[in-house]
Amino acid sequence: MKAAVVGATRGMGRAVARLLAERGDAVVLLGRDAAELAASARDLSARGARGTIATGHLDLGEPAAFAVALDQADQAVGGLDTLVVTAGDFVAQDALERDTERLRRLLDVNFTATAVLCQLAGERFAARGGGTICAFSSVAGDRARRSNYLYGASKAGLSAFLDGLGLAYGDRNVRVICVRPGFVKTAMTAGLSVPPFAGEPDGVARVVVRALDRGAPVVYAPPIWRWVMFPIRLLPRAVMRRVRF
Amino acid sequence: MGILSLEPISGWGRHPVSRAAVERPETLRLPEGDTPVLPRGLGRSYGDAAVPATPGARVIETTRADRVLDFDPGTGILTCEAGLSLAEVLRVFLPRGWFPSVTPGTKLVTVGGCVACDVHGKNHHRDGSFGNFVERMTVQVADGRVIECGPARERELFLATVGGMGLTGLITEVTLRLQPVESAWMRVDTEPVSGLVGMMDGLRDAAKDWPYTVGWIDCLAGGASLGRGLLMRGRHATRDEAPAQGPSEPWRLAVPFDAPEFLLSPALMRLFNSTYYRAHTRRRRAAVVVPYQGFFYPLDAVVGWNRLYGPRGFLQYQCVVPRAAGAAAVAGLLERLAAAGAASFLAVIKDCGPEADAYLSFPLEGTTLALDLPYRGPATEALVHELNAMVIAAGGRVYLAKDAVTRAEDFARMVPRLTEWRRVRDRWDPERRFRSAQSVRVLGDHA
Repeated sequence: MKAAVVGATRGMGRAVARLLAERGDAVVLLGRDAAELAASARDLSARGARGTIATGHLDLGEPAAFAVALDQADQAVGGLDTLVVTAGDFVAQDALERDTERLRRLLDVNFTATAVLCQLAGERFAARGGGTICAFSSVAGDRARRSNYLYGASKAGLSAFLDGLGLAYGDRNVRVICVRPGFVKTAMTAGLSVPPFAGEPDGVARVVVRALDRGAPVVYAPPIWRWVMFPIRLLPRAVMRRVRF
Repeated sequence: MGILSLEPISGWGRHPVSRAAVERPETLRLPEGDTPVLPRGLGRSYGDAAVPATPGARVIETTRADRVLDFDPGTGILTCEAGLSLAEVLRVFLPRGWFPSVTPGTKLVTVGGCVACDVHGKNHHRDGSFGNFVERMTVQVADGRVIECGPARERELFLATVGGMGLTGLITEVTLRLQPVESAWMRVDTEPVSGLVGMMDGLRDAAKDWPYTVGWIDCLAGGASLGRGLLMRGRHATRDEAPAQGPSEPWRLAVPFDAPEFLLSPALMRLFNSTYYRAHTRRRRAAVVVPYQGFFYPLDAVVGWNRLYGPRGFLQYQCVVPRAAGAAAVAGLLERLAAAGAASFLAVIKDCGPEADAYLSFPLEGTTLALDLPYRGPATEALVHELNAMVIAAGGRVYLAKDAVTRAEDFARMVPRLTEWRRVRDRWDPERRFRSAQSVRVLGDHA
């Protein structure tokens, strides 16, 4: 596998990159901070990565530069066949409610930019005979909740996009995986009260890498979140209102 | 991000319990300003060393900062972020023939935590404590500066940070020396010992030939059987002795809920201890080759074993008394414990080598004893104070990584180098930005 991982220096992206590198896949770490990328690349090499490890600049806030970033990643490993997007934006709902400019940025990063990047990669992979696109959405996109609907909406949009992308490009051998993490204890979620079934980045990464190998279209991680979300998705709206969920 | 919500937080002994605003940054950096903080690793210190000074104060959990920054396969010198765990060091580097030079009895500890507690292991008599193998580290001190220190650079800060319980600054990176090993297997030899003198002599004799030694004592046995137990000696198996394959990861059991307290009643524990002892005495003494996990980390196989002590938690008591105090001092402690009937499954006994240069480093040349005491309120604390008085009389000290109740005046009597440590801390953190529930109790920091 020759994979580019966006958001590879942190959280679940770091864990996914480690698992891939450890088993000998070529990995390009894409992100914003050159020093962080270099440190993460050293981490993979020192841990004994056998495949190529490279880094490149990609900022989800600059969609105009996506094509160049993918070109460079292609060159670094001699042709990407996998794109993993774990990066995303998160801000607590109360702050987003008051600051609509911040809200716009979050929607841009989580939906617009991620969709544009995946679409671009989808076209490229299709043109060269196939590939895998894996992006991190969230269980928050499965059902709007009053306490988290702004972030949730950005992820709901992404989930719908990935579902469609998979349908549209499946015939051309492009597999699309939508990862829906439940609560995972990362820097992003620090300070939020930890619910039951909280996951660790390493556990999520194992689920994701298995999905990359087998190509399930929707993956919950930790897997139990599929069953946590199932009844929540079915709850009638009137009940959602009543229980203030 | 909004206001941090609070998480319940305690040491591994689950007493005391407080609440903290816990951050898990991937890049270790102090918050701007002068907010009080406490670094915390995997939370395996038993008492209140990694519990914040006041409920709701900020705790920086370092476990997400776990990158390997450099490794030299020629020398075994590893540079890593402070949150890397020894479990991960072993998983990545043991297959390549490298083992931590010093490891405590669990691998679920961070490198930063190992430095801050200056942990020791079964090879202390030969190799000393963790700090001996630290070549350099970076510490972000209270005013935000990142200081590189080591045995020859900013030596005072280095000596105050090794064993300094995270109170001199936030350890961000550590460079340490691993030791080469030929296999992931251990050659282990276990011998039943009928009494304390035999145990202490046995440890001393074994120290001459074996890199790893430790004794398990049935501390519920009194009278003639006082100090009876098992003496274990080990070394890394050579390539020829070891099976061709590395050992598989052992099955891990989990303790799903707090055990009821009657399981820890003295009668049941006495039964457990004597059965355990007899089972081993009947077995013929033989050198065997076993996986490293079972020799170094037997309790890691039981996830959440601390819940076995029930909802009130437990204290671990670990002290060291100098060789000069002899078997009498150790016997006194064991007699007191046997009389109280308060101790648990087993006590660990080990002879220590010379003291480290680090000011607050725990081990000193002599005998260390470690045991669990189920927490039963003031009676348990009174017992600890009593044991502390005996330790002070013998010229010994207790281990801060285990401690939850020692009084400030007693600690000062145990650690003559405390004044030197305080002087260095005054220089780097005059306002006590770094403080813990333990530093309030034992060092008199303001809460």
